[in-house]
Amino acid sequence: MKTPAIQIHDVHKQFGQLNALNGIDLTIEQGEFFALLGPNGAGKSTLINIMAGLLKPTVGHVRIMGHDVIESYQQARMSLGVVPQELVFDPFFNVREMLRFQAGYFGRGPENDAWVDEVIEGLGLTDKAHTNMRKLSGGMKRRALIAQALAHRPPVIVLDEPTAGVDVELRQMLWSFIKQLNREGHTIILTTHYLEEAEALCERVAMMKQGKIVALDTTANLLKSHAGKNLRLTLKGGQLPPALLPMLKHGELGVFTLALSDLKEIEFALAELRKANVDIEDMQLIEVDLEDVFMSLVGGL
Amino acid sequence: MKLIDANIPSNWRGPYTLFKKELLRFWRVAFQTVASPVLTALLYLLIFSHVLADHVQVYKGVPYTAFLVPGLIMMSLLQNSFANSSSSLIQSKVMGNVVFILLTPLTYLQFFSAFLAASVIRGLFVGLSIYFVSIWFVDIPLTHPLWIFTFALLGSALLGTFGIIAGIWADKFDQMAAFQNFVIMPLTFLSGVFYSIHSLPPFWQIVSKFNPFFYMIDGFRYGFFGQGDVSPWISLIVVMAFLIALAWVCLKMLKSGYKLRG
Repeated sequence: MKTPAIQIHDVHKQFGQLNALNGIDLTIEQGEFFALLGPNGAGKSTLINIMAGLLKPTVGHVRIMGHDVIESYQQARMSLGVVPQELVFDPFFNVREMLRFQAGYFGRGPENDAWVDEVIEGLGLTDKAHTNMRKLSGGMKRRALIAQALAHRPPVIVLDEPTAGVDVELRQMLWSFIKQLNREGHTIILTTHYLEEAEALCERVAMMKQGKIVALDTTANLLKSHAGKNLRLTLKGGQLPPALLPMLKHGELGVFTLALSDLKEIEFALAELRKANVDIEDMQLIEVDLEDVFMSLVGGL
Repeated sequence: MKLIDANIPSNWRGPYTLFKKELLRFWRVAFQTVASPVLTALLYLLIFSHVLADHVQVYKGVPYTAFLVPGLIMMSLLQNSFANSSSSLIQSKVMGNVVFILLTPLTYLQFFSAFLAASVIRGLFVGLSIYFVSIWFVDIPLTHPLWIFTFALLGSALLGTFGIIAGIWADKFDQMAAFQNFVIMPLTFLSGVFYSIHSLPPFWQIVSKFNPFFYMIDGFRYGFFGQGDVSPWISLIVVMAFLIALAWVCLKMLKSGYKLRG
């Protein structure tokens, strides 16, 4: 049996009076594409920082590819590439220099240069390889950050909201590159606020709330466990009859989403609309998505 | 792509890379980090020698201008060694890019060695540059070259270590500037760069002897002229003791992750 890529056992982290993490247990197998979701302050970044050795857990253990992040920190860090959330960079150097330095810190020398060039090309940075980091646009800096995390060829890659503030084209390009890395055997752990990304890319999802994991399952199972459909109505006049308000999930600008626990409820909704003399401009039946699951599990904070 | 194993391919390449990056960092802005202190030292030399050369003779047979040069070299060497490690760390912390070093398998000892070595190189390079510019204007003997090298090396190492401590401790540029202006600068200026402590009133002579910078400058100057305010062996012991104490504090801070890892 293969060693898990990440093993997190009973991890607590306390900052003064604040319990940022309250007993996290999580195992991520090699080759998984895993999503860590949760609202701001749920403890995702704290957990990532503990994996990366930037924070020490108050209690508990974390292993990366079987190496404890405290006791065997060198091996653990060799196995991990972290893309930080903030657009940080060193203003003294160009992209290629930064990547070679980063690989060098991990003991990798000129034999690694071909890989660095491969990463530069794969992330569309070839034209910018000799450009100083501070002269790059936000999107290019984001690519360079991902490249830096990959420079030492780690088997496990953690991406902390890598597509925050990134345009659609670049987002697509980044995901296709990361999917390719996953196909080649890398374990990918990602946090994102774009839940449709997690739904499209990740096989398994952990949802965090107030320092705890409140849901941990395959994406398919999570969607199945919250089975149900939504009815999206576009109404003329923009008013929803009061009888339908208990079913209302979301509504603005005359477009209302109603949660259906049973398809028979469609008939009820239509009858109420007829009774109230409200005309329907458009009507759609929609499957539950990860956002619905997320809102039902961690919403209402 | 073939996945790698977790063994570090080379133990020395990591710290060597950090050292090289730190060297390149100051070399990229050599006008600020090398040319500027050389010019400042030269201006001090021209002004002080012009004003005081005919009025002051500190050591017998040594013109004041010649007396001044080792002090100016050591002052710049110390300040630049401190500036190298401290400015690099505070910039990396404020900009957030220190994370790129903290994510690596570098040990705290390797981290310390790389920053220290780069600081020493910058200090020695600035000191040597001032020496080579000064000898165009002033005849300076090299009576005991080994003492000169020893104190230059120990002085730059001591201030490089001090710079790492300050860089880790400070959270913003303002705190670093306070450290530089309220600690380093007074200790340097009141250490005998421009005078011999024998020219001071007895009370200030005693106070000066509590200043470690005095021993670095006096020992360094002894190497040039073969005379100093105290024996070079005493200076050596004091400087070594301070270096060991500061290195111990610095390594403790790095090992515990003070202000770097939560």
